[in-house]
Amino acid sequence: MIRTIDVGEITEHIRQMCIETNHRLSEDMNLSLKQAAETETSELGKKILDQLLLNLEIAKEDNIPICQDTGMAVIFLEIGQDVHFTGGLLEDAVNQGVKKGYEEGYLRKSVVGDPILRENTKDNTPAVIHYSIVSGDKVKITFAPKGFGSENMSRIFMLKPADGLEGVKDAILTSVSDAGPNACPPLVVGVGIGGDFEKAAIMAKKALTRETGEHSSIPYICDLEKEMLEKINSLGIGPGGLGGRTTALAVNINSYPTHIAGLPVAVNICCHVNRHAVRIL
Amino acid sequence: MDKYITTPITEKVTADLKSGDYVYITGTVYVARDAAHKRMIEALEKKESLPIDIKDAAVYYMGPSPAREGNVIGSAGPTTASRMDKYAPVLLDLGQKAMIGKGKRSREVIDAMIRNKAVYFAAVGGAGALLSKCITKSEIVCYEDLGAEAVRKIEVLNFPAIVVIDREGNNLYDLKDKEN
Repeated sequence: MIRTIDVGEITEHIRQMCIETNHRLSEDMNLSLKQAAETETSELGKKILDQLLLNLEIAKEDNIPICQDTGMAVIFLEIGQDVHFTGGLLEDAVNQGVKKGYEEGYLRKSVVGDPILRENTKDNTPAVIHYSIVSGDKVKITFAPKGFGSENMSRIFMLKPADGLEGVKDAILTSVSDAGPNACPPLVVGVGIGGDFEKAAIMAKKALTRETGEHSSIPYICDLEKEMLEKINSLGIGPGGLGGRTTALAVNINSYPTHIAGLPVAVNICCHVNRHAVRIL
Repeated sequence: MDKYITTPITEKVTADLKSGDYVYITGTVYVARDAAHKRMIEALEKKESLPIDIKDAAVYYMGPSPAREGNVIGSAGPTTASRMDKYAPVLLDLGQKAMIGKGKRSREVIDAMIRNKAVYFAAVGGAGALLSKCITKSEIVCYEDLGAEAVRKIEVLNFPAIVVIDREGNNLYDLKDKEN
């Protein structure tokens, strides 16, 4: 059975998600920040984490975006192959939702229409949209506005197969270490291992939308996530980069088959304002 | 150590600030980021005057979200300062005494700071809602067409920041690295 969905529904959900994600963090992020504030041993680090928690309260209560960088809108659309869209072009509907959300939500318009000419599009469009076709008749929308203080510190490494797991660990630690205070720690670190050049990067971005505290179902990847979190939190970067144990709240890793000649590793860094929301239609 | 300071940031003010001090800033602060810095430097290259009074000024690297009705400003946290590294030394040589942002600075900027007795403060990145509460006035000075990147003149009251690099060039980010 084919299910028909009017793209106007997509517009409305995206509009709401722009405003929601920029004013309140998901429960998992809230909780991990609270836990970090309780366990941080650096006095200045704890002071900063307390400020971040207070910032979240103010954002929610007074309807002020958590961060002034309300991001470039990144959207993962997982579309059941039994869905038929009517009422217009899906991509236009998504961008219309972003435009409405950023205007009505008093969110900052941070997108320029051309990377070299750099004129602001004034409505935060276009979004970056990743489509995938899945089974069933549902549409899953994952909305994750991405700030660029941390995006700028993200990296891709085209490692050699001989570099192996140690090479992957070095790539992750190098990325976080180089990011230092610039990416607004405590961070969430998204990693994509395998695939090809762009597959690794998209996996790393998708990994940022995973709930903190959840781990990969692949045993050695799950161990790697825990080991990397421990190692990152021993770097001493700390909240705001001013020292302490809380450098990252989570390391989320996705992997995919790759070519016999390669080992791509993408490290997508996100600040503590790791905004993401999911809706299933 | 907690300190309360008032703008303008004179040499007398910077003499008393040490890397690691926690400060609360009150007074007039200018707001500018990438595109505005680029235009200001281009103006100087064309022998035009700067749109702001740079002597003893504090410049906050920030681009706010739009203000809701009844609010002075929207979310207003710091942006990454290293993107202004290309432009900062020229402005420091013209008398700017303080920069407020987040993250590392280049050797060229630090040298210009030492030369001109200037300081670099970090505000807490990603705390834009909280920091907006310390801003009591905001007006656009110029480059309004740049939207969120327009140059603003704001009044701040007890705005919290940390001295990361003092005028001797001591750098809190480096000191932290050495401890670990």
